[in-house]
Amino acid sequence: MSNEVFKENLGQGVVIEAIQSMTGAESIAPDHMGRGSVPSKGYLPTPKVVDHALLVEVQNFLYLQAALLDAKNWSAYIDLFTPDGVYWMPSTPEQTDWTSQPSIFAEDPLIMEIRMSRITHPNAWSQAPMWGTNHLVGNVMIEDSSPNHLEVYSRFQMMELRRDDVRHFGGTYRHSLVRVGGQLKIKLQRVDMVNAQAAYDYVIQAWV
Amino acid sequence: MTLKSLDELVQSDRVHRSVYTDERIFDLEMDEMFEKTWVYCGHESQVKEPGDYYTMRIGRQPMVMVRDKSLAIHVLYNRCPHRGVELCGNQSGNTGNAFVCSYHAWSFNLDGKVRAIPLMKGYDGTAFANSDYSSNMVPAEQVDSYRGFVFAKLSKGGPSLLDFLGEAKVAFDDMCDRSPVGEVEVVPVCHRVVQHSNWKFFMENQLDALHPSVTHQSTGVSARKVETRLKATHGSAPLHYHYLSTFASSFDQWDSVQTVNFPHGHGILKAYMGLRPTDPDTVEYESIMKKAYGEEKAEEYLSRSIHHVLIYPYLSVQSPLQQLRCLRPLAANKTLSEIWHFRLKGAPEAIYRRSLWYYNLVNSPATMINADDLENWTKGQWGLESKGGEWVSFHRNHGGDTLKDGVLYSNNGTSEVVMRNQFDAWKSYMQHSFYASK
Repeated sequence: MSNEVFKENLGQGVVIEAIQSMTGAESIAPDHMGRGSVPSKGYLPTPKVVDHALLVEVQNFLYLQAALLDAKNWSAYIDLFTPDGVYWMPSTPEQTDWTSQPSIFAEDPLIMEIRMSRITHPNAWSQAPMWGTNHLVGNVMIEDSSPNHLEVYSRFQMMELRRDDVRHFGGTYRHSLVRVGGQLKIKLQRVDMVNAQAAYDYVIQAWV
Repeated sequence: MTLKSLDELVQSDRVHRSVYTDERIFDLEMDEMFEKTWVYCGHESQVKEPGDYYTMRIGRQPMVMVRDKSLAIHVLYNRCPHRGVELCGNQSGNTGNAFVCSYHAWSFNLDGKVRAIPLMKGYDGTAFANSDYSSNMVPAEQVDSYRGFVFAKLSKGGPSLLDFLGEAKVAFDDMCDRSPVGEVEVVPVCHRVVQHSNWKFFMENQLDALHPSVTHQSTGVSARKVETRLKATHGSAPLHYHYLSTFASSFDQWDSVQTVNFPHGHGILKAYMGLRPTDPDTVEYESIMKKAYGEEKAEEYLSRSIHHVLIYPYLSVQSPLQQLRCLRPLAANKTLSEIWHFRLKGAPEAIYRRSLWYYNLVNSPATMINADDLENWTKGQWGLESKGGEWVSFHRNHGGDTLKDGVLYSNNGTSEVVMRNQFDAWKSYMQHSFYASK
């Protein structure tokens, strides 16, 4: 092709009109739904305006709970739950019931005691490598409050180090708190982890 | 690799470490085993409606299992024949009436046959239009199912699915027979855990009765402590404490548990799992079973002594508790496990919830059991990559097992006959003789 012909060709382009035309994929398969199951939209909190002292008390409670995990103070962590309390990490955000569907965690204080006792056992082989976590908790909103009962929404981000590998987990906490003898206690902690159904590189050994 | 060197690598009582670490051997395993034999795809109830699909790997091949409008199930390569792009980018979902490629909108019916290609006249007069160049998605050579469990085979000929499963089909019988209508349904949650070890570590571990009271000591004794306290204060403890505390049984107890080792590497770890307490829920369930099957059959189904069944080289089925783990090897030192749970159709909800405890405590990604197994396998892989030794020993009780009708029974539960039997099958696959003999 001589240079002149090439130049002429370049000047004869077609303008591709997107407006009012059917897309290529639409013309082939107008009914196609390639995404499969649409991911859940997730839970939207409805925050309530509460007394500032109450908000600070709740924030401190959540921050302390996270600090107990990072400090591996398992016993004090379990003590934050009522005797019939439940730590629940569902597999998917759609789940509504910890007893009838598969969970990542579904533990009352007795099961939590087994987990604690396992982790602290001298022959817990998986605990031999260097292991630690760092939790950040934020976006704390109180959704419901009465003198003896609180519903609290928050978000968490956790970094975990095991051997020389770092993993990241994040998601939503929803605490149902009750007041027992003036102290806040956890009746139910629901943990919706964004990574819950992703492939796990190794497993999770302690509560998140 | 020559047959001679295979014989050197795998001997009757020891194997060379390279079968766990060498990527060339891994590739051969994919060629000769996973991409030739029957491989588990999923359960029919994972693709209930037309257009429902589920993707998985068979060996190194990306596959999709899909139900068409006539309700038939197909297993197809998840690949557009045009430029090779994968058609389903999700693990599962519903694709409507067709697969449509995201690159150039080639579309395919649910049986994989091409439905439409844009601007088809562009192919007029080309070799594509005139040759037998396929414009369809490529199907697996063979697809079959047993009691709702779908398998596919990427090679022609060879044994039928039932011949491949042999007696190990009891995995699915034991699971389904425990339903009063003889069927199970998948629970639509799949836990996936990556093991940093060769796939053979998991398969060997599943029937290894010597490891539980060592590896799982911490969890076993911790559970026993709470279980004992509950029994003292309440008179009894729920079954899920027992699930965990049995891991701390003595060496002698585990040695008394028998393994059954079938041809093709399949096997059973026996052991009655204590699933027949006399609480009202179990009594109700057993009466439903007797009504459905009659006294004798119901007793046979309920009293099967199975801990779990292994379908070599990729499946571990814990049939009495309706759970299943399937391996998808990714590399010599990396294996994906998919972990599923099933419901017994027609059984009381309480029976499902009882098995759910096991799924949550043992098989979830927060497992108190596999945390220590995975640690073993990772360190095992590292150890075998070292030059500190060349051999993996399977001498334990070598020569002390009982062969009856082609099935090897261990006289000691902790006999390493399990691994020896698996490597017999491994060698057969690698020598092609498995198929030649059929």
